Amino acid sequence: MRFGSTIIIALRALRRNKLRSVLTALGIIIGIGAVIAMVSIGNGAKSQVEAQVASLGQNVITVFSGSINTSGTRSGWGGAATLTLDDADAIAREVSGIAGVSPEVRDRSQVLANGLNWNTQIQGESPDYITIRSWPVAEGSMFTEQDVRSVAKVCVVGKTVVDQLFPETEPIGQTLRIRNIPFKIVGVLSAKGFNLFGQDQDDVVLIPYTSHMKRITRRTNIASILIQADSPEVIDKVQQSITDTLMQRRKGRDQDFTVRNQVELAEAATKTTKTMTVLLGAIACISLVVGGIGIMNIMLVSVTERTREIGIRLAVGAHGRDVLLQFIIEAVILSVMGGILGVLLGIGSSQLISFYLGWPVLISTLSVAAAVSVSAVIGIFFGYYPAMKAAELDPIDALRYE
Amino acid sequence: MAPVVQLKDIHKIYDSGEVQVHAVRGVTLELHKGEFMAVMGASGSGKSTLMNTLGCLDRPTRGTYLLDGVDVSGLDRNQLADLRNAKLGFVFQGFNLLSRTTALENVELPMLYGTGHGTARQIRERALHCLDIVGLSQRADHFPSQLSGGQQQRVAIARALANEPQILLADEPTGNLDSKTSVEIMGVFQKLNDAGITIVMVTHELDIAHFCKRNLIMRDGRVVSDIAVADRSLAEAEMQKLHAAEAQAKLTD
Ligand SMILES: Nc1ncnc2c1ncn2[C@@H]1O[C@H](COP(=O)(O)OP(=O)(O)OP(=O)(O)O)[C@@H](O)[C@H]1O
Ligand SMILES: [Mg+2]
Repeated sequence: MRFGSTIIIALRALRRNKLRSVLTALGIIIGIGAVIAMVSIGNGAKSQVEAQVASLGQNVITVFSGSINTSGTRSGWGGAATLTLDDADAIAREVSGIAGVSPEVRDRSQVLANGLNWNTQIQGESPDYITIRSWPVAEGSMFTEQDVRSVAKVCVVGKTVVDQLFPETEPIGQTLRIRNIPFKIVGVLSAKGFNLFGQDQDDVVLIPYTSHMKRITRRTNIASILIQADSPEVIDKVQQSITDTLMQRRKGRDQDFTVRNQVELAEAATKTTKTMTVLLGAIACISLVVGGIGIMNIMLVSVTERTREIGIRLAVGAHGRDVLLQFIIEAVILSVMGGILGVLLGIGSSQLISFYLGWPVLISTLSVAAAVSVSAVIGIFFGYYPAMKAAELDPIDALRYE
Repeated sequence: MAPVVQLKDIHKIYDSGEVQVHAVRGVTLELHKGEFMAVMGASGSGKSTLMNTLGCLDRPTRGTYLLDGVDVSGLDRNQLADLRNAKLGFVFQGFNLLSRTTALENVELPMLYGTGHGTARQIRERALHCLDIVGLSQRADHFPSQLSGGQQQRVAIARALANEPQILLADEPTGNLDSKTSVEIMGVFQKLNDAGITIVMVTHELDIAHFCKRNLIMRDGRVVSDIAVADRSLAEAEMQKLHAAEAQAKLTD
């Protein structure tokens, strides 16, 4: 018995019952459609988070100032600014495999320029900051190492600040007053959008950290230190070496800082979306199983109903194996066609979702291929039992069946 | 020449729980190539049971059956299927065509199983040829539901011919047909028989049996009479008589 003619036979049998074939496949269509849509939404969410994580910069390690123990009462992380410029210098000096270091100081303040005012984040950084964060300036240039040393009154402003304070005029060269101290605008940052926590990253004014500490806040401590490692491979080593360096400087005191790298942040951020993807996927898989049972049910009905047909086939020379193959192929054709239609349905509905709800969706070829193969497996799995019942029929009994 | 079919003391006992039905009780029979035999007998006398045994659809409870010199009792399920596919053509009691399947596809069916039936194209051509033999090539694309009883029966015959069988077995091929259509069917059979195919058919009607060369009568599972038909009817002549009678009826109308 040739495989080709079994396929012809199976196709002919399905064609005889078009409506039923479509209804039978419906369970699979909806199941696969749901899987594809869910996975697309999950992937979309994941890739959005990943993009946001990537916008943090490349191979970034952050040292946060930490908890302080004031006569037994322990504050939380960041409860005290326990990092100093000396710490940052030590890291730059002693840790190998780093591409840049930027001590960070942050403060919110009202700024004035061009007859307008705006409340924004004032961030003291080193010139390395824009490379660490992969955040180029759009106009002008970043302040320099020289500006840091000379505690210069220069600043680089974010896109939002420009929009608010210089709606019509060119900002470069203008003066921005921070706490009444005039800073000269030397550059405008390119737009970066929102971060993982939904904050507008463009609502910022960057100034040299020395200027921030001496002219604005008059603080001696820094909030955090941004470090860029040379490559992803050395991140762990660099992170360890930073911890060692800082601990050495603390001479046996408790650790009052935390070191986090980007990978850890990314993992934390993608954790929820992963959970969501798994949950949605599980629900979709249940619907697939239900679809498979639907196929099995209809195939069983079909075997009973077509007992005579099976009898005729056996009588004219079909082997049990031919009949088995025919019914399995019928089930597989049903489920694979259902799978393909389901993929189309899934793609269509995820497009609709992204269009109307604005959710990011990402259709992966892997999930499409997996869906189609899974539907074939469902066909074989749920088609096998009915097919075996058909194949085991006795030709005479089957012919007599009313 | 060795007989194509040799039955030796065939018994068939249906054992359905409490009651045992002894449907065939010791039939011994030989059939030679080119024979054309009618099996007759009252309802329940075991005709269909005997035909199913001849057709290798059912195994006898006792006795030996040699088909072409081969003892079929030693064959397994699949070997029997191959035998049916290669050597036997069966026209079932009731037409047993696949519904919602065209006449052509019904005729193609036996050629889709077994081996050596050629390409899809050759199979199609052979099926069309078989439909042509029974005079139905115009209706190849019709579904059984669009065909008359006689036409459906002819499709069933064409299907039985599809794999060029040595023996054609027909269980009441004219059972549900009017006398004119019956004569047409017998004409097809006589032509096939003339071409060398051995035919065994079951019938209840004496005049239909008269188209055959040999008449076998069964009663209670036994053969009670086995005679050669002396002056058998020829379908062509009978057709002409029928036409004449029809014309007469119209004239006198
Ligand atoms: N599957 C079966 N199980 C039990 N008994 C059966 C079975 N098939 C046939 N019989 C019995 O065997 C006997 C012979 O049946 P068979 O069908 O051969 O008769 P027949 O001569 O073909 O009758 P008819 O002219 O009505 O077709 C009957 O008494 C019938 O009831
Ligand atoms: Mg019968």
